[in-house]
Amino acid sequence: MEIIMTVLASILFAIGVYNLLQKQLLRIVVGTVLVSHGAHLYLLTMSKLKRGAPPVLEDGVTQYADPLPQALILTAIVISFGVTSFLLVLAYRTYTLNKTDNMEELRGNEHD
Amino acid sequence: MTNLMILPIVLPLIASALVAFFPNKLNIVRPVSMILSVIFTIISAYLTWYVFSNGTIVMQSGGWDAPFGISIVADPLSMLLVTTTYIVSTAAVFYAPSSLDEQQERFYFYTFFFLLVSGVAGAFMTGDLFNLFVFFEVLLIASYGLIILGNGKVQLRESLKYVLFNLFSSMLFVISVAFIYAITGTVNFAQLAERIESVDQQGILTTVGIVLFFVFAVKAAVFPLYYWLPNSYAVPNPVVSALFGALLTKVGIYSIMRVFTLIFVHDTGITHQIFLWLAVLTMVFGVIGALSTNNVKLIITYNIIPAIGFILMGIGLYTETSLAGSVYYLMHDMVIKGALFFLIGALVVAAGTSDLRKMSGVIQKFPLLGWLFFIASLVLAGIPPFSGFIGKLLLLQGGLQQEEFLVVIIALLSSLLILFSMMRIFIRGFWGEVQEGITTNRKKVRNLTIPAAILVSISVFLGIGAEAVYPHIETIANMLMDRTEYIDSVLKE
Repeated sequence: MEIIMTVLASILFAIGVYNLLQKQLLRIVVGTVLVSHGAHLYLLTMSKLKRGAPPVLEDGVTQYADPLPQALILTAIVISFGVTSFLLVLAYRTYTLNKTDNMEELRGNEHD
Repeated sequence: MTNLMILPIVLPLIASALVAFFPNKLNIVRPVSMILSVIFTIISAYLTWYVFSNGTIVMQSGGWDAPFGISIVADPLSMLLVTTTYIVSTAAVFYAPSSLDEQQERFYFYTFFFLLVSGVAGAFMTGDLFNLFVFFEVLLIASYGLIILGNGKVQLRESLKYVLFNLFSSMLFVISVAFIYAITGTVNFAQLAERIESVDQQGILTTVGIVLFFVFAVKAAVFPLYYWLPNSYAVPNPVVSALFGALLTKVGIYSIMRVFTLIFVHDTGITHQIFLWLAVLTMVFGVIGALSTNNVKLIITYNIIPAIGFILMGIGLYTETSLAGSVYYLMHDMVIKGALFFLIGALVVAAGTSDLRKMSGVIQKFPLLGWLFFIASLVLAGIPPFSGFIGKLLLLQGGLQQEEFLVVIIALLSSLLILFSMMRIFIRGFWGEVQEGITTNRKKVRNLTIPAAILVSISVFLGIGAEAVYPHIETIANMLMDRTEYIDSVLKE
């Protein structure tokens, strides 16, 4: 199960990076979303995937799930959600003001 | 007393919520922000004094003991940087009303400002790797809010690159946290430091360490990853640039310092040697950038980069002397970068342009501004007896002890070139015939100069009063080299 998840995360990461390297702004935003999904899946996978066991910290309990990665991933998801929505608005404003969504034309020079 | 250590993080958070309620009542928000900043500075200075005299204080949040809960660690290094942050940010609050126009202030400048300070203080004080990520995001989101203030065409374009870059490196941060958790089973700094030696596959650990270094290097603007910095830091309002230049990159380099003196010290032959060469390249390329442009804002922004190189050099050398030099230089650079950005902001207002070729003779109309800029340049370049000199002296001593002569020579040459790049502004901009179009609004320039004057005088004190400051820096360097004290104070039974 961990292997499948890792492969899935890698695929997400690869597609994300591919999109990040595109010129169109919206594709880049989609790229960041995919990269962050990949990162979150890694985070979840890294502590071994277990089902049906409660997160208990007591002597004598052998079957328990690790609650920490869930806490971490939840925080990371919330943060990347917030940043992504900000990024969308920023990308839209940049597009309306600069009248282009092509990164090549958004390069700019020193004295403007 | 233990619980009070959260104050430097919580107080600005409360203040940011408080001022968010009255965005349009500037005549209330301005004085309230100023008073609150001064009070916070006094509180954090008192806490720093307490930590320096009584040793490290660790707050376990929620009453969960160290490896399970999140520890807030107030050790001398963190507290020193937190106080420096507060001093710079207080100066920024006094600078802001004259620098920003009213509409920009109404768009929640003070809210984002306090949020930024809260995030920076949290990043300095946290003792938990994932919590460091969270505080990074707090300060980054605040910085996104600040960088787009003004809403200009160029500004949005550059902010977009800044946001994208930081977003990507944040995701790398999450991934490296995942790797570290998989290898060691913890994200607490102290427990990581304890477990790092017992890990079987040291090679993987080194790799993960370098991935983490990349994350911090993006925030700190180390050599191959600095190209997002100059443009995005030069376009916003001077007060925002000053906050970014003085605080944000320093959080990155602080994280490198913390992580690579506390946790990843198992293979210094690889990691720290890489740092040393990256530090050299950072200095060289930063200085070349500073000499390559005629835009005064860009010159100062490029000068952030060699400073990061100097601090990284101390970490790469990894001796007690060089770390003391790094800490001293870090503290000095926070203050003087704030001051320089303020002065450049004032200069641009005074001259009415940021193009060096078009300005001249400013010193004849604004002598105080001119001389302050002169002193600040000397401080930055490290001319004795100013504070840059003490830091560089310690760094070079460390370099000579390790017999890294080439590194020392390049460091010396690049400080000479830093001085040259600053003097270029002084000679071309301040000397000569009085140019046309120089501002008549003397009051505004004066208001912009005063906060800078305060910061410059603090940094002159750091140099002349080195006798009083240095012993504390030495204590910090001792603690950085001897990891047991940090580990014991966090994981005490």
